[in-house]
Amino acid sequence: MTIVTAISGRLLKAVITLLMIVILNFFLIHAAPGDPAAVMAGEAGAADAQYIAQLREQFGLDQPLLTQFWNYVSGILQLDLGYSYRQQMPVLDLILERLPATLILTLTAFGMSLILGIVFGLAAAARQGKWSDTIITSLSLLFYATPLFWVALMAVVLFSIKLGWFPAFGYETVGADYSGFRVVLDRLEHLVLPAFTLGLFFMAVYLRMTRSSVLEVSQMDFVKTARAKGLSENIIRRRHILRNALLPVVTLAGLQAGQLVGGAVLTETVFAWPGIGRLMFESLTARDYNTLLGVFLISAAMVILFNIMTDLVYRLIDPRIGAGGSS
Amino acid sequence: MIDFMKRFSQNRGAVIGLTILTLVILIAVFAPLLYPNSPWKMVQRPFLVPFSVDGFLLGTDTLGRDVAAGLAHGARVSLIVGLVSTLVALLIGVPLGALAGFYGGLVDDGAMRFTEFFQTIPNFALAIVLVAILEPTLPTITLAIAIVSWPPVARLVRAEVLSLRRREFVDAARLAGLSNMRILFGHVLPNAMSPIIVMASLMVATAILLESSLSFLGLGDPNIMSWGYMIGAARTVIRNAWWLSFIPGLAILLTVLALNLIGEGLNDALNPRLARKGR
Repeated sequence: MTIVTAISGRLLKAVITLLMIVILNFFLIHAAPGDPAAVMAGEAGAADAQYIAQLREQFGLDQPLLTQFWNYVSGILQLDLGYSYRQQMPVLDLILERLPATLILTLTAFGMSLILGIVFGLAAAARQGKWSDTIITSLSLLFYATPLFWVALMAVVLFSIKLGWFPAFGYETVGADYSGFRVVLDRLEHLVLPAFTLGLFFMAVYLRMTRSSVLEVSQMDFVKTARAKGLSENIIRRRHILRNALLPVVTLAGLQAGQLVGGAVLTETVFAWPGIGRLMFESLTARDYNTLLGVFLISAAMVILFNIMTDLVYRLIDPRIGAGGSS
Repeated sequence: MIDFMKRFSQNRGAVIGLTILTLVILIAVFAPLLYPNSPWKMVQRPFLVPFSVDGFLLGTDTLGRDVAAGLAHGARVSLIVGLVSTLVALLIGVPLGALAGFYGGLVDDGAMRFTEFFQTIPNFALAIVLVAILEPTLPTITLAIAIVSWPPVARLVRAEVLSLRRREFVDAARLAGLSNMRILFGHVLPNAMSPIIVMASLMVATAILLESSLSFLGLGDPNIMSWGYMIGAARTVIRNAWWLSFIPGLAILLTVLALNLIGEGLNDALNPRLARKGR
């Protein structure tokens, strides 16, 4: 299978998946208790019968369900995710405005958790059964069981309120007239706690995966062969064990991206981080269903995109899948 | 069975986990006896510090409600949602995975595409959307958690059945004239029980985390006291009364940790020959 057919296959699947989410969204809107027109009228602050009827006509809610469905799908195909009455702007604009903050947060957390998880996982595997291994594995078990939003709150209490090391909320210092390098530093300071708390759970996941993967690969025959050939432990570890052990970790890490989005909802809510996770929280408390479902669709699209990219990386680093192509 | 008990009891983590879980179950079961008043009732001055006033071991919250009572009643919700949503997820995932693995071909393709679809959707986001739109009640929360949790079960059961269906005992059952359904559900599935049990115990843990996250965001049943709600409600006063968020979070952490430890213990005890695998 060439890389082109592989990618087009994945893209086709992605389109089908997104289409199914669109269908799901449509049914969810109609499953919601209450008439959408009445809800919209309520949001707009005018709930008289005439206005509701007018809204119903304007949004085609008086038409047959199939027609409504067609209108909805064709709207989304033209990147029209609806209008948010709460925020008085199109849902897509709202999401695009918030997307960069979420990308910064999730990608930082992802990179950090992957690197730390692999490093500590390798350290634990190298000292299997010794006390340092026990400590690392126990801590990872603890982080794995900790509710993310609670870690976030406790981090605020400890590092922000008690110690005063990092700001407790927001994206940058409001009203501070920083310029140049100081702006970057200010944003980094705001990023530390959210990224760290979001990454902690995933670090535990990758740590456990790395450790067990390394231990498993170390038992395999080709490692014994390498040892029998008289290769140094260092080379065996780096060239033979590491490469093979990290492949499943990278794949699984990519598949975890979906959970990262869910984690972002909680982290952004606690830290008032102005991303789409916070937007999701705001829209659900405001019963702003258009925005809620829009964020849901876009975050699913992001996850699918990320999965495809992981797949590509995997194909590039795993020689067994002939994707490098050129050779 | 005796072997299993012996191996399980030799696992220190598993024993600790079982002890904690037993304690949580006892508190949950006896909550109405220990704290007969509704946990929503205001009983004392607000913001009583833990261990400061007799009769209110863990103090009171922002509205003067007994924190210990909330904790005990919250244990019920966590355990019930965790257990029931896992059962529902098993009811979806096990038959689907079993049929896919047993029949293969088109059935397998269809079932696995369906499973993949649910696996690609960010699961917590889906749970939020489902609960927010269907109104947060205990049944919708449980259902939403089940809907986002079943795909790994289906995949696991499919893989197990796939490897079991070629064994001799299946041929023997077929020669004895048993129907496909009898073979699958009477002979193949019982042999796949151990990994399913291990996965189920870990799923209860994840379900409890999901439930608490939902109720933290305000998507809990408004009539039922839960740990996530307690943390969410105390969030605004975190500067003055951090312990109000700390205590329920610790309860979640301990319960989830206990279930994870039990899951690992079960894994080691049920599959003694397999090397210990992380997830």
